[in-house]
Amino acid sequence: MNNSFIEINNISKHFEDVKAVNDVSFEIKEGEFFSLLGPSGCGKTTLLRLLAGFEYPTSGNLLIDGTDITALPPDKRPTNMVFQNYAIFPHLNVEKNIQFGLRKLGLSNDEIDKRVKGVLSLVKLEGYEERFSNQLSGGQRQRVALARALVRQPKVLLLDEPLGALDKKLRDEMQLELRTLQKNIGITFVFVTHDQQEAISMSDRVAVMNDGKIQQLSEPNELYKNPENIFVSDFIGETNFLKAETKSSDGEFINVSIEGLGEFKIKNNLNIAANSSDVVCSVRPESMMIAKVKSDWDICLDAKICQTSYLGEMTRFYVEAKGIDKIITVSSQHFDNQSFENNECFISMSLEDISLLNKK
Amino acid sequence: MIGFWRKIYSKYDNVKAYTLLSPALILVILAMVVPMALMLSFSMFTQVSMMEIDYTFTFQRYIDFFQKNLLVTLLIKSIKISFLVTLITLITAYPVCYYIAFYVKKNKMLWLVLLTLPFWTSYLLRVFSWKIILGTKGVINSSLINAGILSEPLTFLMYSETAVVITLTHAWAAFALLPLYVSLEKIDFSLIEAGRDLGLSRFEVFWKITFPLSLPGVIGAILIIFIPTVGDYVTPALLGGIDGRMLSNMIQAYFGKINNIPMGAASATIMLTTVVLITIIVSNVTKRLTQRLT
Repeated sequence: MNNSFIEINNISKHFEDVKAVNDVSFEIKEGEFFSLLGPSGCGKTTLLRLLAGFEYPTSGNLLIDGTDITALPPDKRPTNMVFQNYAIFPHLNVEKNIQFGLRKLGLSNDEIDKRVKGVLSLVKLEGYEERFSNQLSGGQRQRVALARALVRQPKVLLLDEPLGALDKKLRDEMQLELRTLQKNIGITFVFVTHDQQEAISMSDRVAVMNDGKIQQLSEPNELYKNPENIFVSDFIGETNFLKAETKSSDGEFINVSIEGLGEFKIKNNLNIAANSSDVVCSVRPESMMIAKVKSDWDICLDAKICQTSYLGEMTRFYVEAKGIDKIITVSSQHFDNQSFENNECFISMSLEDISLLNKK
Repeated sequence: MIGFWRKIYSKYDNVKAYTLLSPALILVILAMVVPMALMLSFSMFTQVSMMEIDYTFTFQRYIDFFQKNLLVTLLIKSIKISFLVTLITLITAYPVCYYIAFYVKKNKMLWLVLLTLPFWTSYLLRVFSWKIILGTKGVINSSLINAGILSEPLTFLMYSETAVVITLTHAWAAFALLPLYVSLEKIDFSLIEAGRDLGLSRFEVFWKITFPLSLPGVIGAILIIFIPTVGDYVTPALLGGIDGRMLSNMIQAYFGKINNIPMGAASATIMLTTVVLITIIVSNVTKRLTQRLT
């Protein structure tokens, strides 16, 4: 499983002056559920289209399973795509749509029938063969698009925000289903999304992109717990940024003075330079504790609640802490908006939950 | 009075609807239904002398039509010329629209306006300009002779079927551009990409996706060009000569110098019926054809 299946080598794609993808290199393993995550305009869709063959790179090359596909047209590539708007042919019914990609594979009629039946049951669309695109719901269309791509048994399935058009509940269902499907058939999935929760919950590995570059490529939990830069930290989940300044460093640890909190010795995983003010500290809302009484955690601050929002499974508190001129977000499953009198509270955090990041 | 109408309106919704529709309805009746009815009824009368018409109903004019070889030949020729015009227009306009719809990124509107620019001048002016281009001493012939390629002017260019086909094609091209462009523009480009993604070549994608999806525009263009060109009489009269004459010139003559209004009305009715039948057949055949294509 360690061999690289898709190799992306120094790929750039420029549209006139815009560097949509800017010298990106990474590898995707066989059978992996790989996500490209980023805000709109970050280059993730361009990268996917480069893999599909709808765009050709300005420089760099692409390999799938050892074959250089950089110059191949889409119909000669071992990839298939599930389009964002599904791109179901409106003049063909579901069955014909799915058969569409099989014509050129030189299969017998029996084999075609067998494959179409198989894939229809895989995506649970038996009985819908005669329907046209405008007679299907969003979720069903998505399944047709998926079936149409999978029936060709591609080496790589490319998915361009396939769940974006579905409502929340259906999206959650499809996330689970897609994940199970991918595990069962074992095809490599490259999944593009701007939804960090979607990427984190489904993928084996995630590449976070911004400005045409990969910001971080790692497993979902790494991405969340150990973001490598301020962009990833901000984009994945929620966080509080605190002004900070580094002092002396002894390699593994570094002394940091954090606004309103004082000076601390924390782990320096990212090799951040000493004596720099170009740094920032990040603390996740859920790693902090809000309480009525003082705690014995590493840091405990006097605070005042400005606002609360009740979310059901937890409550989010927006608090003003002494010495910090920014509102801090703390979430708690234990307390809710009726727990505090006079809005007086204490917020506590432990040093290992504070991560130090470069500003740039 | 107002109270009365208010009561009627609140009771009967359809009265209200018809009142709102009435301006359009009156226009349609006056401009379409009445003339048609007049034409139909005149086709069943008989012209007795210059000023006199016998108003007893008869189908004799229709029998006359099919017994006169000239009229049937002219009808067939009208259809043939229109068919050629339609075909040539489609073949030339389709690639242009395809290009604008899928490859022009900015200022699509400007391209369309520029393409329709020649059509801002009058139809008659354009017909006369073709006379200057195609004539025996026209642009084409004189330059070919001056260049030493020809010693004699090409005679088939002017006062011929060719001249009529060329002129009509140019005259109606703009009307084909718009429906074709609209139907191509509506096609989601990701459908074409999906076709390529599913293993088809550019050519196959065109025939299996783009063309079938642009069919409403193609049928629209066919109807928009075929119907008016069958009945055109200005171009054949000015550029057609004897060879390029069409049935419409004959109809015009029946209402004019021949002065046989019932015969003219019958010819017009036959032409109208033929055109309606042909358009029905054409759109059905095109639809069937593409169903087989896909």
